[in-house]
Amino acid sequence: MPEPWEPRIVAFFCNWCTYTAADLAGVSRMKYAPNTRVVRVMCSGRMDPQFVYDAFARGADGVLIGGCHPGDCHYIEGNYKALRRFRMIRRVLREMGIEEARCRLEWISAAEGEKVRRVVNEMVEEVRRLGPLDLPGRAAEWDEEVSAHA
Amino acid sequence: MEHRADEPRIGVYVCHCGSNIAGKVRVAAVAEAAALLPGVVVSRDSKYMCSDPGQEMIQQDIREHALNRIVVASCSPLLHEETFRKATERGGLNPYFFQMVNLREHDSWVHEDADAATEKAVDLVRAAVRRVRFHRALEKTEVPVHPDVLVVGGGIAGIHAALTLADAGKRVYLVEREPTIGGHMARFDKTFPTLDCAACILTPKMSSVKAHPNITLWTYSDVTSVSGYVGNFKVVVRRRPRYVREDLCVGCLECIDACVYKEGRVPDEFNAGLGKRKPIYIPFPQATPQVVVVDPASCIRVKTGKCKSTCVEACDRDAIVFDQKEEIREIEVGAIVVATGFETFDAARIPQYGLGVYDDVYTSLQVERMVNSSGPTLGEVRLKNGSTPRSIGIIHCVGSRDQKTNRWCSRVCCMYSLKLAHLLKEHTGAQVYNFYIDIRAAGKGYEEFFDRLREEGVNFIRGRVAEITDWTMTPEEEGRLVIRVEDTLAGFVRRIPVDMVVLAVGLEPAHDAQEVRRVLNIGCSNEGFFMERHPKLAPVETFTEGIFLAGCCQGPKDIPDTVAQAGAAAAAALALVDAGRVELEPNTACVVDEACSGCKTCVALCPYTAISHDRERGKAAVNGALCKGCGTCVAACPSGAIRQNLFEDDQIFGEIEGVLVHA
Repeated sequence: MPEPWEPRIVAFFCNWCTYTAADLAGVSRMKYAPNTRVVRVMCSGRMDPQFVYDAFARGADGVLIGGCHPGDCHYIEGNYKALRRFRMIRRVLREMGIEEARCRLEWISAAEGEKVRRVVNEMVEEVRRLGPLDLPGRAAEWDEEVSAHA
Repeated sequence: MEHRADEPRIGVYVCHCGSNIAGKVRVAAVAEAAALLPGVVVSRDSKYMCSDPGQEMIQQDIREHALNRIVVASCSPLLHEETFRKATERGGLNPYFFQMVNLREHDSWVHEDADAATEKAVDLVRAAVRRVRFHRALEKTEVPVHPDVLVVGGGIAGIHAALTLADAGKRVYLVEREPTIGGHMARFDKTFPTLDCAACILTPKMSSVKAHPNITLWTYSDVTSVSGYVGNFKVVVRRRPRYVREDLCVGCLECIDACVYKEGRVPDEFNAGLGKRKPIYIPFPQATPQVVVVDPASCIRVKTGKCKSTCVEACDRDAIVFDQKEEIREIEVGAIVVATGFETFDAARIPQYGLGVYDDVYTSLQVERMVNSSGPTLGEVRLKNGSTPRSIGIIHCVGSRDQKTNRWCSRVCCMYSLKLAHLLKEHTGAQVYNFYIDIRAAGKGYEEFFDRLREEGVNFIRGRVAEITDWTMTPEEEGRLVIRVEDTLAGFVRRIPVDMVVLAVGLEPAHDAQEVRRVLNIGCSNEGFFMERHPKLAPVETFTEGIFLAGCCQGPKDIPDTVAQAGAAAAAALALVDAGRVELEPNTACVVDEACSGCKTCVALCPYTAISHDRERGKAAVNGALCKGCGTCVAACPSGAIRQNLFEDDQIFGEIEGVLVHA
C-alpha cells in the first residue's frame, strides 16, 4: 500500500433516526473522522447479515449499524430484529477471527447528531488500534494454503 | 425486466452548493473521477443543482445523451430527493432511475481535510453509480385519504387548528385530556404587549368549538393508540368517566354547592394550586364544555362508595351517574394535528429560589391567577399575611438559559414578566424589580412595551439572581425576602429586600411527551419537544407523513406564533385531506414466487401483518397496502425471495462494492 493505511468503515444507517442524526451533525457543523461511508436503509431491520459479511469480504475494516433507540423504531420493532441479527453476526465474525470491535450496533436518535460524531470517532480509533483487517488478502492466503495441501 | 438488459447510460451531477460543498470537496475532481466510471456518459459539476438551470441541465442531458440513469451528488436526500426525482421525470425517465449522494451533511460539513473529504465524495459517487444501474421503473401507489382530521390537544393551538379545519368543511375530532379546553391561555390574565384580556379573546373561540357542527369535542379523553398510515389513520380514544353525563349537565353548578364538603379541600389545578376546589367542580367559569367533573382521587363516593351523595340529589336532570365507565372510541382520520402544549418548569428544582420554602415566593402562573379578577383572590394581590406588597422582585430565566436545568430560552418569559410587572404595579403600586440576563423583546410592539415599562418606573437589574433568603442584615431587610444578585451593569453584588418574589418559570416539554410521541410514532429533539421535519422548510410536518405539529409541543413560542403555526398545520392537514388521494413511496416489499419456498419465516416478522401465507400455492404474499417498507422480511428471507423496491439486495451490494472498490 503506497499511502498510509486509513481505517475504512461501512456504515448502515436507518433512514428515520441515525441517517437523520448524521444530517443533524452536518447541519450543526460537527467535525468527525472522514473514514465512514454511509449506506442508507429504511430500517435497521433491513440489515441482511450478508451486507456485513460482504463489506468485510470486500475490504472494510469495520461495519457500523445505526438504528432508532429501542421502543422508538419507525417501524415499531425493526431495531429489535436488527439486535437479534447483530448478536448472530457477531458470533459468526468471532468464528472467523474478526475482532468484536470491528462490528458495532448503535442506537442513535434523530436528535443525537453529537452521538454520531462520538461513535464514529470512537470506532475509527478502535479500528485504527486493531490495524487493517484485509480480509480479501487473508482469503487469498488461505486459498494458497488450501491449494498447497491439495 | 427488459430495462435491466439496457446498457446503463448514467449522468452524474456534482453540486457545489455555492461554497457549502465546494468549500471542502474538490467538486471538479469528483466529476472527473465519476466520468471514468463504467456506464457514466455525462459527468458535470454545477453551482446549484437544485436551481432551475441545474434541473434543466439534467432534463436536457437525458434528451441529448439518451441518459437512462441519473445520480446527483449534493445534499441530503431527505431535503431534495423529491426535487431531483421530479426533474428526472420531466426529462422523460421514470423518477426512480435516480439516486442521490449526500456530499453536504455527510461530507463537506463534517470533515476538515479537503483531500479526505474529496476521496470520500468520490467513493460515495462511485457507490451511487454502481447502485443506480440496478434501479427499476416503479409506479407510485395512490391511496384514498379519509377526509376527517384529529386534533390532539385543546389549547389555543388545537382550538385554532380545529376551527380552521372545521370552517373549511372538514369533520374534526378535538381530543383534550383536561375536563375543559383552553389550555394555558385560559389561565392568563392579560396578554402581552397589547394587554388584551386573555379570556376575552379566547373564550369566544372555545364557544365556537363547542358550537361548531363540524367539530366533535372529546374532553377528559386520551389518544391511546394510533395505527395505519398517511391518509388512513386508525385512532383509539379513551374517554375517562367524569361521572357526569355531558348530554344532560347544563352547568348550573347546583351539585357543587350541594357537595358534602362545604369548603374546597383539594388544591385547585386551574389556579396553579393557589385556591381550593371541591371533589365535584368546574375548572373555571367559562370552561368548555360547561359540564362539571368529579375528581375520582378526592370524591368520597367514588373512593369508598359511602357518601350521602348530596350532589346526585341536587341535580334535577339526573346528570350525575357514579357508575359511568370509561368509553373507548375508535375513529378513522386522514391527518392528525398534534397540539399537546407544554408544562412550566418546576421552580422547586432550584432550591435557592425558595419556592415552597418562603410564603411569598410565587410562580408566574400563580401570579397570573392572582391578578385575574376571577381568580382565587378575585384580583387582589395580597401576601400570605394579608397585607399588600410594597416591593416585588420578578426573577427572569428560572429554568431557562441555564446549564444546570434547561439550556434553551423559553422565549415568552421576558415579555410575560414585563406584563406581570405592569399588572402588579397597577394592582398594588409597589416598586417592581426585574432581574434579567437579557431582555428578549423581539416581536411586533414588544420593544415598545419594554420602553413603556421603563417609563412607568419599573426597575431593571441585569444579573442572574444567586439566591432568595430571609437571612437579614439590616433593619430595613427585617421580615422581608432578600434577593442576592450580582448587578452586572453596576459591577457589584446587591441585596434587594422585597415583600414578594415572582419566579418567571420557563417552558418545558409536557411530562408525558415521550409517551405521546411513541403513540404517534413521531420524533423528539434532544430537549424533548417534538421534532419538525425540517426547521425551515417543513416546520409543521413531522417525519411521519400525515402528522403535523402546532404550538409549544414543538418548542416554546408565544400566542401569536402559536396561532400562526396552528394555522399552518391546519393548512397542511387540509391540503392532504382535501386532495382526497395521497401518493405513497413505492418502497414496499414483494415476494418473488419462483424463489419462495413457503417457509413462513417472514410472516411472523412483519409488524403490520402485511404478509400472509397462501396455503394453496404454498407461497408468502405481501399486501402492498399494509406494507410500510421497512425491509425486515427481505433481510430475513432465507432464500432471498422477497424484494424491497428502492432497497433491493443488488442495489445495496452495489453500494457496498462501490465504497470499497479501492480498499
